[in-house]
Amino acid sequence: MTAPSLPRRVLSRPEMGALIGALAVYVLFWAVAPTFRQLDSLSTVLYQSSTLGIMGLAVALLMIGGEFDLSAGVAVTSSALTASMVAFQFTLNVWSGVLVALVLSLAIGAFNGLMLVRTRLPSFLITLGTFLMLQGLNLAITKAVTGNVATDSIRDMEGFEQARQVFSSTLGIGGTNIRVTVLWWLGFAALAAWVLLRTKYGNWIFAAGGDQDSARAVGVPVAFVKVSLFMLVGFTAWFVGMHQLFAFNTIQSGGGVGNELLYIAAAVIGGCLLTGGYGSITGPVIGAFLFGMVSQGIVYADWDPDWFMFFLGAMLLLATLLNLYVRKQATRRRGA
Amino acid sequence: MKRVYRTAGAALCAAGLLLATACSSSTGGKAARERAEEAAAAGVADTPRMKVALITHGAPGDTFWDTVRKGAEAGAQKSNAELVYASDPAVSGQANLIQNAIDQDVDGIAISLANPEGLTGAIQQAAEAGIPVVGLNSGMDTWQDLGLLSFFGQDETVSGQAFGERLNDEGAEHAVCVIHEQGNVGHEARCAGVADTFEGETEILYVEGADMPSVRATIEAKLRQEPAVDYVVALGAPFALTAVDSVADAGSDATVATFDLNTEVVPAIEDGRVEFAVDQQPYLQGYLAIDSLWLYHNNGNFSGGGAEPVLTGPAFVDRDNIGEVAEYARNGTR
Repeated sequence: MTAPSLPRRVLSRPEMGALIGALAVYVLFWAVAPTFRQLDSLSTVLYQSSTLGIMGLAVALLMIGGEFDLSAGVAVTSSALTASMVAFQFTLNVWSGVLVALVLSLAIGAFNGLMLVRTRLPSFLITLGTFLMLQGLNLAITKAVTGNVATDSIRDMEGFEQARQVFSSTLGIGGTNIRVTVLWWLGFAALAAWVLLRTKYGNWIFAAGGDQDSARAVGVPVAFVKVSLFMLVGFTAWFVGMHQLFAFNTIQSGGGVGNELLYIAAAVIGGCLLTGGYGSITGPVIGAFLFGMVSQGIVYADWDPDWFMFFLGAMLLLATLLNLYVRKQATRRRGA
Repeated sequence: MKRVYRTAGAALCAAGLLLATACSSSTGGKAARERAEEAAAAGVADTPRMKVALITHGAPGDTFWDTVRKGAEAGAQKSNAELVYASDPAVSGQANLIQNAIDQDVDGIAISLANPEGLTGAIQQAAEAGIPVVGLNSGMDTWQDLGLLSFFGQDETVSGQAFGERLNDEGAEHAVCVIHEQGNVGHEARCAGVADTFEGETEILYVEGADMPSVRATIEAKLRQEPAVDYVVALGAPFALTAVDSVADAGSDATVATFDLNTEVVPAIEDGRVEFAVDQQPYLQGYLAIDSLWLYHNNGNFSGGGAEPVLTGPAFVDRDNIGEVAEYARNGTR
């Protein structure tokens, strides 16, 4: 057997299936929904994809490293609540709140990671515990501090406008308005792809996720890799939390529940394996974009809204099946 | 016994604060709570101490149910009653909580009837134990059949109909009703009520309520897809404020109006970003439900005469009368 041909090599990349699925979904909505074709609509789709996608990047890296994080959805809310309450209660410049929230988010990640490497319990159990604890803390502390279940508005405080520019501004580019989160998302993705493919740390992630015992045997600091990956999820949770705070001024303490599964879905649609050791960065980017397209596309296409969740689930499943089929075709032929 | 007032909530707060030593803003919280309690503290009844339970279907962290609870707490405080508050969005969970209250041998139970059918058994148990039960918020069609003493709330369909009529007055032509919890009976009833009376076209849009960026993007998408939409109907105050952003982002001329109030929606009504809000007075629902249990316990009174529900809404709040409620909304009690 000669070396695999170029198309086959391209097809066997982890994100190829997702890309083909995304193209199919794009063509479908392009055909049925005239509004979907507008540049402005694409910008809305990109916006929704970006908040999901920023989290999806870190969650995908964590999954390549062999773990996953159920606390990521509420951790976003925890971070936003912290920043808002610290700034408001102590009447500080909002940037102080933003920094305290960053420390807290990294600490939540470190807690998950350290618990994992110390106890060797599955990440499912540990992060499920963190998820429920954070959900309770979000509500109880917000209620205890503000007397309400949502935070007070910090819109008129010093530093707010500045922080809003960073986390939640809108830029006019090429005749349409692009949310700054989209640029951050693509920037983070480029950085993550470089780290994963071009640095030693990237290799460590693959090794730790593939077979941690052999990785440890060849000198990969597995514990360090896992803890730092959880902290990376903490970092992105902080970032998305700050976006929500500065986009919506107040934060409801019950938010974020259920989003953790969407982050994992974006990574899995993008070709990351639930068992770890395999995946890419372009994959979760496309996965998040696919999710954004489907959830907005259904609205643009004006399908019966009672069926919204069904359509959403069915399209994601179909895209994932197509993804699986493409990958199988590619790997089978190569192996033959 | 004084401390038992705050039972579950306070225990959770204390545990939470101990656990999260990183959150050092506990002082501000305590002060805020004391101020609120001072404001609410009026005379206290000198009737024998009683124990009442409020069992709702509210999700934890929901602003609306927090206001109901505050009303109930104020009612209990003035009636020299100890309030047990618990909630579970799942009907089986709510039925269990009612059973718990019966086991604690309370003097009265107030419940919301989002799913009356599922609570029939628990209500019968209470009747057998001789505990009076009142209904609040949802279940206006069924409270009498279930043998409840009184009912406090607004009919969601009626409030939706009032909303629809108001839209006619405003000259609206094409409204989109944004449901943030697919499958919520009350939400569906509100939008159905709007569609009943509104002479223009009504569409329903489902959004993912737990994820605000997604809510914002989805409403924006709808406005782009249907440029004829001139009114966005939100079913909760936080969603109204997000809808305002979506309207701006979509470059649409649509007006936003909403059901229910919160702290943030008050300035929005003042400066015209939100046209009006339908207020069903959740604080009043909680307060009256507890107060009626006190009246029945001490004087055998039936609020509503046992025949008619006591209506707490729909009251319209708009730029003309926002000044009267703004202060209370800022305290989180409207």
